[in-house]
Amino acid sequence: MVELTLPKNSRIRTGKTWPKPEGATNLRKFQIYRWNPDDGENPRVDTYWVDMDSCGPMVLDALIKIKNEIDPTLTFRRSCREGICGSCAMNIDGINTLACIYGMDEIKGDVKIYPLPHMPVIKDLIPDLTHFYAQHASIMPWLETKTQRPEKEWRQSIEDRKKLDGLYECVMCASCSTSCPSYWWNGDRYLGPAALLHAYRWIIDSRDEATGERLDDLEDPFKLYRCHTIMNCAKTCPKGLNPAKAIAEIKKMMVERQL
Amino acid sequence: MADVNRGNRPLSPHLTIYRPQLNSITSIFVRITGNGLIVGAIAVVWWLMAAASGAAYFDMIDGLVTSVLGDIVMALSVLALWYHALGGVRHLIWDTGRALDVETSDKLGWGMIIGSVVLTALTLIAI
Repeated sequence: MVELTLPKNSRIRTGKTWPKPEGATNLRKFQIYRWNPDDGENPRVDTYWVDMDSCGPMVLDALIKIKNEIDPTLTFRRSCREGICGSCAMNIDGINTLACIYGMDEIKGDVKIYPLPHMPVIKDLIPDLTHFYAQHASIMPWLETKTQRPEKEWRQSIEDRKKLDGLYECVMCASCSTSCPSYWWNGDRYLGPAALLHAYRWIIDSRDEATGERLDDLEDPFKLYRCHTIMNCAKTCPKGLNPAKAIAEIKKMMVERQL
Repeated sequence: MADVNRGNRPLSPHLTIYRPQLNSITSIFVRITGNGLIVGAIAVVWWLMAAASGAAYFDMIDGLVTSVLGDIVMALSVLALWYHALGGVRHLIWDTGRALDVETSDKLGWGMIIGSVVLTALTLIAI
């Protein structure tokens, strides 16, 4: 359901302003969401100042610098630092993206960083993705076959393989799903753009033999049809993919199979 | 739903921190105009029923509808109607699988905004 305000325990307080690094001339202000599960307090937004002359170009560089030099308690996920693992997805400057591939030169003014929107927070910038992963698992993200296994491998023509371009590249960072207002209000039952993009990836795989079952499973007022083509997903995807298009194709297949 | 709120976890902020963009704004206004038009339609029905119920009552309601305030509400309703209709056309195009890339859908968004203003102006000139 639509809930415009945050629950009482989630309202944000003004946080702490951390001291500016000494001797730095090129400072940039960072405002970062903090929540500590151990102190029993509400979330807050802390202010940090980072010396840009000794900082790498990406938002993740600044986060690591803050953690190393200013505040070791700042908590966030990161791994590959090159946009392939999807760990460092967060809300930066009002949109969801990967901190490791989002350049600070793209941001005007202060850098505001929040966790992925409308998710339970484990600590600071780390959301709980349990439900998001469970939804992905629910669409059977694997090749389903019924005919006898070929001797060597399931073969696919070059044209059929091309249909998977723009879909297989998804790294499951959850930026799209947590940008979607429909997912905010109905995320318990609506699968969201990421899981639906993956569903489509297997539906149109020429080797998959469970297309009918997959469509049957999605024929549901909530799982699929809560998508109202708001397009936040396509706009925010850090990999440049288009979940909205994939969802529209599934909706089309739903109609076409009834004709 | 999976067990996702162990230990009184806060909900991360959403609407208040997410950047409003052309695509999301044009989308929510399709819904707002749709709901507004329900109210507008009830008002028009009220006007017609007033006409059916008698001269004195009709004069009162007609005075309200044709007042400056009534004119403003009616003009905005025309705008809402055109906007909502163009939004519907955009959905019909999308439902065929076309124009779903970010650039084209944003162009259609501008088309809805500019189109509804132009069509409203033409409608008001014509009547």
